[in-house]
Amino acid sequence: MTDSSKPDGGIGLVETKLFIFGEKEPLRLASGQTLGPVTLAYETYGVLNKAGTNALLILHALTGDAHAAGYHAQEPKPGWWDVLVGPGRAFDTDKYFIVCSNVIGGCRGSTGPGSINPATGRPYGLSFPVITVADMTEAQRHLMDHLGIGQWLAVIGGSMGGMQALQWAASYPERVRSVIPIATTLKHSPQQIAFDEVGRQAIMSDPAWRGGDYYDHGRPERGLALARMIGHITYMSDQSMEEKFSRRLKTEGYKFTFDAEFEVEGYLHHRGASFVRRFDANSYLYVTRAIDYFDLSGGKLIKAGAPLPRFMVVSFKSDWLYPSYQSREIVATLRTHHADVTYVEVNSTYGHDAFLVEHEEQSRLFRHFLAKTSDGKEGVS
Amino acid sequence: MRVGSRGVRPDHWAISRMIEPGSTVLDLGCGKGDLLALLVGERQAKGQGIELKEESIYECVEKGLTVLHGDIEGGLGEFPDKAFDVVILNQSMQEVRDVEFVLKEALRVGRAAIVGFPNMCHWRSRLDVFFRGRTPVSPALPHRWHNTPNLHYLSLKDFEEFCLEKGLDVLEFYGLTSTGRAPIFPNLLGETVVYKIKEGRDCSL
Repeated sequence: MTDSSKPDGGIGLVETKLFIFGEKEPLRLASGQTLGPVTLAYETYGVLNKAGTNALLILHALTGDAHAAGYHAQEPKPGWWDVLVGPGRAFDTDKYFIVCSNVIGGCRGSTGPGSINPATGRPYGLSFPVITVADMTEAQRHLMDHLGIGQWLAVIGGSMGGMQALQWAASYPERVRSVIPIATTLKHSPQQIAFDEVGRQAIMSDPAWRGGDYYDHGRPERGLALARMIGHITYMSDQSMEEKFSRRLKTEGYKFTFDAEFEVEGYLHHRGASFVRRFDANSYLYVTRAIDYFDLSGGKLIKAGAPLPRFMVVSFKSDWLYPSYQSREIVATLRTHHADVTYVEVNSTYGHDAFLVEHEEQSRLFRHFLAKTSDGKEGVS
Repeated sequence: MRVGSRGVRPDHWAISRMIEPGSTVLDLGCGKGDLLALLVGERQAKGQGIELKEESIYECVEKGLTVLHGDIEGGLGEFPDKAFDVVILNQSMQEVRDVEFVLKEALRVGRAAIVGFPNMCHWRSRLDVFFRGRTPVSPALPHRWHNTPNLHYLSLKDFEEFCLEKGLDVLEFYGLTSTGRAPIFPNLLGETVVYKIKEGRDCSL
């Protein structure tokens, strides 16, 4: 789609914008280090009302980007949550002003290890400070102020986006009316850290990685592709893989080789190869490290005396990377603080990927939860 | 409130009358949220539901209700003691395996509990057993023996005996016909029944 016509009823042509801050006063990070200037990529859809009460913040997963909805010029595919964002859709652009923000440490327009360090004129590489999820939301808080938004009507995100949503509730409870954490956790488990570490080791053991200083040479594509292949296995479920690939072969009969003969092998190779074209290996190290550090357990989610947002926690039955018990832990923590929390476990077979796939169920939930939140009536207990 | 055919369900009407305006209410097995929505609308209750069936959760959310997807048989661990004025078990107590445990949990997180169930000893059910020699099937007990969700069958007398045994105080009760309160002989004329109870001084649940 190259013009702004809207044949699919969506929002049409959109652009990613860049917000630059921290030139004078750099961003103070959880590690104690500072970062500045900072660029944060974001997109907006719809119009902010005069009272500033209709703003939603959508946050993406590990390797996502700010392009949640609509089309970029010359791009055939819409944003990653286009089915949910647009006129009349669950995140209704006729009603809400929607912001989708990228994260620092990433490589999709925001400052990350692949960005030029103004002090040296060269890419940061591993001299880039280690980032936490709290640092990501702190950068987004600067964007919020820049956009003139006092309080989000809702902060919504899946997976790492859900961690950011929870972090918003922890860091700025007075600036968030409701939170929708999806397929996420209060803290990364050893299993989740382990998978991330295998991905990082795949990158760092690629000779092309060169200690992170590869920008003037070839990129560590093999390592990054391998990390992505591992990731993809954890995003699917046994059942969804059976349905998608079964034991089908790419061509008839065994070849008695170690080539990618099974369809599932071909799929993983393809996903790995296409991923390295759009993602930076060092960023993969930084964002996985950020979520490994994520831990809002032990009373860090809700501050005593702080206002309590409403919550809708969503998990998916076949998600074994962020299993439902982790969502129930979030719910239990919120309940002990008498928070207004709705919880749904959607019966999906798509595994962790379900939050990007199960549109019908999520639409029903989000549409009505937002309507209830914005009608101003007091929730529950 | 119009009760009976085409109006509010008699048990919902009775429960609504047992709820003080502005109460905090937890509905265990809230289904599609009809009762909770009524209590929020008519009694300005602050309501919260727990429901096992996924489709019902969506319907609750569409009604603007706060609801948790889960199984009440596992307990109410995440709820602090006496977090609610009233905990409701309407038409769900007879479906749980461990009634004592669920009631104990209900009375731990609630200052009072409201329990509603079909009366096994309604006169028509008695006739079913006596004359037809069959397990009763009635509007209040619509299923047959092989497909009923009910694990327990009881009457008013059974429940009152249970309360006495366990040291539970009955605060209020309604024997209900399809149109409203049974005027006399609730254990004979009541198709469904609703009790409001609380822990007595010698509660042994």
